[in-house]
Amino acid sequence: MNALLVLEQILNGLQLGVMLFLLAAGLTLVFGIMDLINLAHGSLYMVGAFVAATVTHWTGSFILGLLAALPAAAITGMAVEWIALRSLYERSHLDQVLATFGLILFFNELVRIVWGPRAIFMDVPQALSGTVEIIPGAPYPMYRLAIIVVGIAVAAFLYLLITRTRVGMLIRAGASNREMIGALGVNVRLLYTLVFGLGAALAGLAGAMAGPIFAVEVGMGEGILILTFVVIVIGGIGSIRGALVGALLVGLVDTLGRAFLPGLFRLMLDPATADGVGASLASMSIYILMAGILIWRPSGLFPAHG
Amino acid sequence: MCRKLRFILTIAAAAGVGFTAPALADGIKVGMITTLSGGGSSLGIDIRDGFELALKQGGGKLGGVPVQLIVSDDARKPEVAKQIADRMIKSDKVDIMTGIVWSNLAMAVVPGVTRGGTFYISPNAGPSALAGKMCNENYFNVAWQNDNLHEAMGQHVSDKGFKNVYILAPNYPAGKDALAGFKRFYKGGLAGEVYTKLGQKDYAAEISALRAANPDAVFFFLPGGMGINFLKQYAQAGLNDEIPLFGPAFSFDETILGPVGDAAVGVYNSSQWNADIENAANRAFVADFIAEHGRRPSLYASQGYDAARLIGSALAAVKGDMSNKSAFRLALTKADFESVRGNFRFGANHHPIQDIYIRQVYRNEQGELTNKIVGKVFSDHQDAYAKDCIM
Repeated sequence: MNALLVLEQILNGLQLGVMLFLLAAGLTLVFGIMDLINLAHGSLYMVGAFVAATVTHWTGSFILGLLAALPAAAITGMAVEWIALRSLYERSHLDQVLATFGLILFFNELVRIVWGPRAIFMDVPQALSGTVEIIPGAPYPMYRLAIIVVGIAVAAFLYLLITRTRVGMLIRAGASNREMIGALGVNVRLLYTLVFGLGAALAGLAGAMAGPIFAVEVGMGEGILILTFVVIVIGGIGSIRGALVGALLVGLVDTLGRAFLPGLFRLMLDPATADGVGASLASMSIYILMAGILIWRPSGLFPAHG
Repeated sequence: MCRKLRFILTIAAAAGVGFTAPALADGIKVGMITTLSGGGSSLGIDIRDGFELALKQGGGKLGGVPVQLIVSDDARKPEVAKQIADRMIKSDKVDIMTGIVWSNLAMAVVPGVTRGGTFYISPNAGPSALAGKMCNENYFNVAWQNDNLHEAMGQHVSDKGFKNVYILAPNYPAGKDALAGFKRFYKGGLAGEVYTKLGQKDYAAEISALRAANPDAVFFFLPGGMGINFLKQYAQAGLNDEIPLFGPAFSFDETILGPVGDAAVGVYNSSQWNADIENAANRAFVADFIAEHGRRPSLYASQGYDAARLIGSALAAVKGDMSNKSAFRLALTKADFESVRGNFRFGANHHPIQDIYIRQVYRNEQGELTNKIVGKVFSDHQDAYAKDCIM
C-alpha cells in the first residue's frame, strides 16, 4: 500500500460518488418536494442507458446517444408522473412503495420485450477511450475522469438553478412548505411534473454515462437505487447540497472500504479470515456510516425541512 | 423507513414471482427454480431455454413421457428460492426439481428438497458441500462440481509458466470453491486473492489494487453481469495489453461476450462444453437452439438441455413410472443419453466425470463473438470431494 494507490482509490471513490449524485439529486427533489417515494427512479436510469446504447449503435456517436437519453428519460419520467404517480401524492408511503415497485416490474418487462433478455453492447467513445497519468505511474481511465467533470458541472448547474432562478426559488419553497406555495397561487401540479422531469433526465444522464462502464441490462438500476436511498437519507431528504455531500461520502467510504479493509484486517488475522471479514465489513461500511450519521443528526446532514 | 422498505420489497418480490405455467392434466411434473430477473438473469434464461428446447424436440415429452414444466423466478434471492421450493413441493407436488443457478441458493434449497425425497437435478450450481459430506442419493449434478473448470484453468496457467497470479471471485460458496479449485492445480505464487461482493458492478477499486500488485496474469471468476462489468472496466484501465486475463467459461460465455465487445478477443477460458464439439447430439442442439432463439447457446443452455435429456433417459428406463424411486434413481446414475459434451458419466457422488477443454474467444464468420476449443486439459476429470461422500 502506498500514497499513490490511496490517491487513485480516492479518485475512484469520487467517480462513484458523482454517479450516485446524479441519481440522488433527482430522487431527493422528488422525495423532498412531492413527499413521494419513487422506487422506479432506477428504471429511468435503465431507460437512459438502453436508449443511449441503441442510439449510439445506430448513429455511431456517443454524444448523440447521450443527447437522446436525456429527453427519453425525462419524457418517460413525466409520462409516469402524469399517468401513475399523480394520484399517489395524497396516499401513504407504503402505497407509493407498492405502486412504484410495480413500475419497476413493468419497466423491466417492457425493456425485456423491446431489447431482449441479454445485456447489450455500449463502448466508450473513441476520444475518451485512453488513459491519462494524472497520478504518476497509475494511468487512470479518461472516461472516468470525464464522468467526474460532468458530475461537477451538473452540481454547479443545479446550484445556480436552485439558488439563482425563479424555478429554483419555487423548488426551495416547495421543499420547505408545500401547502403554502399552493396557497400563494403557484401551479403546483406543473411544478411537480417539471421537477419529476428534471430528476428523470438526471437519472437518464447517469444511465447513459454508466452504459460504457457497466453492463447495460434489465434490472441494472436496482442495485444502485439502494445506494442512492442511503445517499439521500445521509444528506437529508430534499437537499441538493445534502445529496452531493452524501454521494461523495458514500462513494469514498464504499471504495476505500473495499480497497483497504481486507489489507487492514490482514495485519491482525490470517489471510483467509481477513479477506472474508474485510470483504463483509466493506460491504456493510456505508450502512454503518448511515447509522452513525443518523445517530448524530437524525434528519441527515442538511435537512431541507425546517 | 429503510427496514419497512425492504420488507415491502421482499413481499412484493415474492408476489411478483408467483406466476406459473398453466396446468396440464397429467404427466411428470418438473419444477424449475431459476434466475430470470436482475443481473444474473442471462444464466437462468439460457438454462430454461435449453431445457425447454429438449422438451419441445420431444413434443412435450421427455423420454416419451409427458412432462409438465413449472418455471419460477428466484431473482437470485435465497429466501425467495426457498419459498418457491416449498410451494412446488407442497401444492404443485412436483416429482423432480431443477434450475438453480447460484450456489448460495442451492445450499438454501437443495438439502431440504432431497431429504424430503424429491429428486433434484442441478443444471449449474455444484457447491463442494453437496459433492462431499452433504451429498444425497436424490441429488444429481449434470453440469460440474464448482471447482472443476477452475481446476483446469489452474493447470493451464501453470503449464503456461505464470508464476505470480492475481485471483478474484465473488464472496459466496461458488466463489470460494472457484479459488480453491484454481489453487489446487496452480503451482506458482499469488500476487493477491480478492473476494468481491456478489452482484458488484464497479470494480475500479479492485482494478487499481490489482495494478499496484503487479501480477504476471489475472484469473477471475465473475459470471453474468459481473463479468461484463469487470471486463469493460479492465479494458478501460488499459490493462488488456499489459496483464493477460484467464478465467472459467463463466467469465466468457456468449451472454457476456456480446456486450463486452472486442475487449475479450483472444482470451483463454476453460469449459466442459462448446458449440464446436463434434457429435450428433451437439450439432442438433446448437442448430435448433439458434433456429429457435436467434442467438448462440451458452454453456448454461447446454447444461439445461442435458438436464432435460438426463431426466428423459431415466423416465424412458422406468417407462414414466416414478412410484419406484430406487429404480428411477438407478436409471439416473447410468446417465444413458448422448450428452452434448460427448464424454460424460456420473461418479459415485452423482457428479460428472468428464473432459475439460481450453477455449479461446474469437469473432466468427458472422461477426459474432464466441469460443472455439484449442486444447484439452483434463480427461475423465472427477471432483476432489467424491471421497467424502457417503450415501
